[in-house]
Amino acid sequence: MALSYELRCRECGKRYDNAPLSICDECFSPLEVVVDLDAARADFTREKIAAGPTSMWRYKALLPVPDDYVPPTPAGWTPLLKAPRLAQRIGATNLYIKNDAVCLPTLSFKDRVVSVALANAQIFGFDTVGCSSTGNLANAVAAQAARLGLKTYILVPADLEAAKILNTQVYGANLVRIDGNYDHVNRLCSQIADRFNWGFVNVNLRPYYAEGSKTVGYEIAEQLGWRLPDNVVVPMAGGSLITKIRKAFKELIALGLVEDKPVRFFGAQATGCSPISTAVKTGADHIEPQRPSTIARSLAIGNPADGVYATRCIRESGGWAEDVSDVEIVSAIQELAETEGVFTETAGGVTTAVTARLYAHGRIKPDELTVTCITGNGLKTTDALNGCYETQRAVRPRLTDFEEYLEEGHQELAFGGVNVR
Amino acid sequence: MSVRVLLPNAFQKHTNGTREIQSSATNLPQLLTEIETSFPALKTHLRDDNGQVRRFINFYVNEEDIRFLGNEKYAFKDGDEVLVIPSIAGGVDCCCCSYCGQEECCCDC
Repeated sequence: MALSYELRCRECGKRYDNAPLSICDECFSPLEVVVDLDAARADFTREKIAAGPTSMWRYKALLPVPDDYVPPTPAGWTPLLKAPRLAQRIGATNLYIKNDAVCLPTLSFKDRVVSVALANAQIFGFDTVGCSSTGNLANAVAAQAARLGLKTYILVPADLEAAKILNTQVYGANLVRIDGNYDHVNRLCSQIADRFNWGFVNVNLRPYYAEGSKTVGYEIAEQLGWRLPDNVVVPMAGGSLITKIRKAFKELIALGLVEDKPVRFFGAQATGCSPISTAVKTGADHIEPQRPSTIARSLAIGNPADGVYATRCIRESGGWAEDVSDVEIVSAIQELAETEGVFTETAGGVTTAVTARLYAHGRIKPDELTVTCITGNGLKTTDALNGCYETQRAVRPRLTDFEEYLEEGHQELAFGGVNVR
Repeated sequence: MSVRVLLPNAFQKHTNGTREIQSSATNLPQLLTEIETSFPALKTHLRDDNGQVRRFINFYVNEEDIRFLGNEKYAFKDGDEVLVIPSIAGGVDCCCCSYCGQEECCCDC
């Protein structure tokens, strides 16, 4: 291949030149990007990566962009935080948080996938890009398209959180609210992409887009000192992220950057939209679609595109999947904020609550090196905490009044973190 | 009795560019037979080796996934709009080595 990557059907294996395509025209199965690891071997060394930019583009040699591509936006390279206080609360001793709540430019891991997708949108010559989104992707596409001067059409479910709508509109995007859930929106986008010559990041650009998720895996390994964890806990919406982290680990092993070892993958969903965790728990080899009903709207995909692959990834790694209620999600958002100073959105509440349950049920042993992936920022879903905190009376600016206030017993201002187990 | 059936771009190579058909089928199995009769080239692509419709192909009736309506048991109504849409996924098959692309690979991964 002229470039060191191309498209391949993951069912029948038919290969395609790089193009805005996501479906095989022989067997109608999804296409994926295959990167030529041998071609990348010389440029993908620990030393060269360390000398690269402090963004996800330090791993450019394994991403589907040309060698001379100059990224306009530094996304990724988010902190990997040791989480001793959360660990103590949930019975763990070796717990880390991969904190994409502070991923730039729009505070979710979607900035990673959009960076790769829009690079390819430009290569393919699109002047208009778009996506179907549960919110975070909308923000990421709107912001990065603005920097590139691309027109945008972004389709979202009409009931999306107000902050996510505002955080899309502010970039000048054409935001279209659709009277339906995400699955309706996604289906409409498939039809639009068939009809209009636009680059939809998660439709006709999806094979490229999905590769951006690998950078979460590369970063975890590098930040752990070039070693793999024992367990990874990952939120699941469409199911792509968990499979791409695994792909990243396999690539690092193949290139000799980390020692080979088994890593177990654990998936997290909200009970109100749990098609993948249900398949894992019941041993099914297919996904039964669901009608979502959960406050975790960024995970509310009832017919997940990568659900089958996510299920296989979990099962083959010896992992498991769990799902938690909306009440547990809110409690876990509070618990993560109170223990580790990380304010995550509802999806992070799902991941945190599921992580706690996996320890409580003995599926993860306390001393195993475990990374839990926080993928979005709590400032985008403050609605979820409505009613959780009282508005206090204003205290006069005098020391005696403050002492009086303390005596009234207001030291405990809010509901404490509830044990999510 | 007639339903409007919208076919995806991915089918067009096998349907001489036809994007839309009118059908008198009364349910999904009948519709599949009709599509395969009209476009014989599509048949081998639409079904797997066991003769089952490939699992990445989804059917929707008037915006609703046909699996929520009873799937093969759902009786089409006059004027129904049927959408055929392949799943869009970017996942990697986890038993397939991303280095060599083989399921049973001998790489050190």
